[in-house]
Amino acid sequence: MELPGFVFYFITFFTMGGIYAILCLALNMQWGFGGLFNAGIAGFYAIGAYTGAILTAAGSDDHVGGFGLPILIGLVCAGIASGIVGWMIARICVRLKADYLAMASIGIAEIIRLAIVNEEWLTNGSLGISRIPRPLESVFSGRQSEVFFVVFVWIVVAVTFLVARRLQVSPWGRVMRAIRDNDAAAASVGKDVQRFRTETFVVGAIFMGVAGALSAHYFKFFSPDATEPLLITFLAWVMLIAGGSGNNIGAVAGALVIWAIWSLTEVVTQQLPPDWATRSSYIRMLLVGLLLQFVLQRFRSGLFPEKSPKLRVSDDR
Amino acid sequence: MIDFINFYLIPGLTLGSIYALGAVGISMIFGILRFAHFAHGDLMTVGAYAALTAVWVLGIPALAAIPIAIVFTCLVALMADRLFYKPLRDLPTIYTVIASFGVALMLRSLVQTFWGTDSEVYMTGFQKPVVLFDIFRVATRHLQIIIATALLTLALHLFLSRTQMGKSMRAVADDPALASVAGLDTERVIRWTWIIGAGLAAIAGVFVGLDTDVHTNLGWNLLLPMFAAALLGGIGKPLGAIAGGLIIGVAEEICTYPVFGESLISPSYKTAIAFVIMVLILIFRPQGLFKGRLM
Repeated sequence: MELPGFVFYFITFFTMGGIYAILCLALNMQWGFGGLFNAGIAGFYAIGAYTGAILTAAGSDDHVGGFGLPILIGLVCAGIASGIVGWMIARICVRLKADYLAMASIGIAEIIRLAIVNEEWLTNGSLGISRIPRPLESVFSGRQSEVFFVVFVWIVVAVTFLVARRLQVSPWGRVMRAIRDNDAAAASVGKDVQRFRTETFVVGAIFMGVAGALSAHYFKFFSPDATEPLLITFLAWVMLIAGGSGNNIGAVAGALVIWAIWSLTEVVTQQLPPDWATRSSYIRMLLVGLLLQFVLQRFRSGLFPEKSPKLRVSDDR
Repeated sequence: MIDFINFYLIPGLTLGSIYALGAVGISMIFGILRFAHFAHGDLMTVGAYAALTAVWVLGIPALAAIPIAIVFTCLVALMADRLFYKPLRDLPTIYTVIASFGVALMLRSLVQTFWGTDSEVYMTGFQKPVVLFDIFRVATRHLQIIIATALLTLALHLFLSRTQMGKSMRAVADDPALASVAGLDTERVIRWTWIIGAGLAAIAGVFVGLDTDVHTNLGWNLLLPMFAAALLGGIGKPLGAIAGGLIIGVAEEICTYPVFGESLISPSYKTAIAFVIMVLILIFRPQGLFKGRLM
C-alpha cells in the first residue's frame, strides 16, 4: 500500500506532537497539580533518551552498550532513571519557595549536559549513540515503521493520560491541589506537604524520561546536539500554559496546537527574503516568546481551563 | 605558590568578579520583587552587544563603551519590567518567574536576529601582562576587571548605606509590608532596583567580552553560578552576593589546581562546582552566609 506524501507529513507531525504531549502531561503533573516550576525539562528528557538508547541500541566499541533489551524495558528504565534524579532534586528543594526549585532545575540540566558530553565511555560524548532501534522493526520496515511508531507513541500518550487522569481524580490529586493553592492550610490539616510535592515531581520526571526515550527511538540516533534543550523546555511550558495548566486534556491540546503553530511558523519564515531566512529560527523563537507573554497576561487559564473533578461520595456512608 | 596565584587565584577572582556583578542584581530583584530573574544573564548579553556596537561604530575601547552599555541595558530592563513583569505583579510570583524565562529567550533571539551568532571580540591582538614585584604576572584585563569590581563594590556599599534610596531598598528587601506601611514609594524602589541590577549586569557582560569573547549564550551560560552566588550571599544582600560570586569564581578555578600532580576534579566539570555549592547551601543554610531572606 502506497501512501501519499502529505500523509507522512502528518505522521511526522503527530509523532513529535505526541512526544511533546507526553512532556506536557508530565509538566502538568509538576506545575498544574503541584505548582512546582521546572526549568530543566530538557535534563530529564536527556536522561530518558540516553537510558533508553544505551539499553536498547546495538553494541559499539566506543561506549557501553549492546544490551539489546526490548524497547518497553528501555522505556521503563528511562522513566526510573529520570525519576531517581527528580527525587534527589525534589528532596532538596520542595521545602523552599518554588523559585529555589526553578534555580536548582537549571543546575540539574546543566550537570546532566556536562556528564553526557564528558563521560564518553557511557554516552560516546558529542558523537552520540547511533543504531537505536524502533519498535518491531523486524515486522515493519521502511516507512511502515514510521506509521507503526506514531501509533506506538500515541499508545504511550494514552497511558500517560490515563495515569494523569487517575492521579487527578484520586484523593491524592485533591491533596495536591490543596497544597498548590494553600500549602499552610493543607499542612494544618495534617498533610505532609513535602512528601506530596516530592511525589508529584518524581511522577512528572518519570514521564519526561519516557518522552526522551521515545524521541531517541524516533530519531534512531541521539547526541547532545540532537535536540535544542532550551527549545524543548520552553515549548513544553508554552504548550501547557496555552492549553490550560491543571487540565490534562488542555495539556494534550496545547501540545498539538503549539506544535502546529511552531511547525507553521517554519513555513511562514521560509517566505522571508534570503538574508532574513538564516535568522528565521531566532524570529520563530521570539514569536513563541511573545505568545507565552500574551498567554500569561491575557489567557492564563488556557484553552481548557482547569476543572476540579467532581467529588464522588459513595451513598452507603 | 606563585603559579597558584598567577594562574588560579587571579583568573578565579576575575571570574568571581563577573559572577559577583551579575549576582547583585539577581539578589536584589529576588529580595525586592520576590522572584528569581531568569533573564538576568541575557541582560548581560545585551550589555555586551551594546558595547560591541559602540566599539564598532565609534571606534572607542570597550571600557569607554561601558556607559553606553549601561544605559541601553537599563532601558531594556525597564521596558521588560513595564511590558512583561508589572502586569503579573499581583499574581503569585512564580508567574513572573515563567515570564522572565520567556524574556530570557526573547532577549537572546533578538540579539541573535540583529547581531548574528558568530563570536566577536572587542579587540584583537596580544596584551602584555602587567608584572608586579617581578613575580606576579597579571593580564591587564584581569587587573582592570578586579579593580573595577572593587570600586563598584565600594560605590554600591556607599549607595546602600548613605543614600535615602539605598536605605529604602534595604528596607523593602528586609520587610516589604513594614516598608510600605512606613510610606516608601515601592514603584520608585523597584525602578532603582532594575537600574542598578541591569547596570551592573551590563558591566559584567562587557567584562565577559573583555576576558573571553562576546557570544549570544554568554549570559545564559553564567546564570547557574550567578544564582548560586546570590543564594550563597543570602537573598536581598547585595554585598553578600559579591562575596558569593568571588567565592564561587575562585572555587571553580582552584578545583582544577593540581595537588600531588593531579587536579582535584576534571576541568571539564568546573561549572559543576557552582551547582554543588548551590545544593549544599540549599540543604544546610538556605538563608545564605550573610543571613539573607528565606522565602
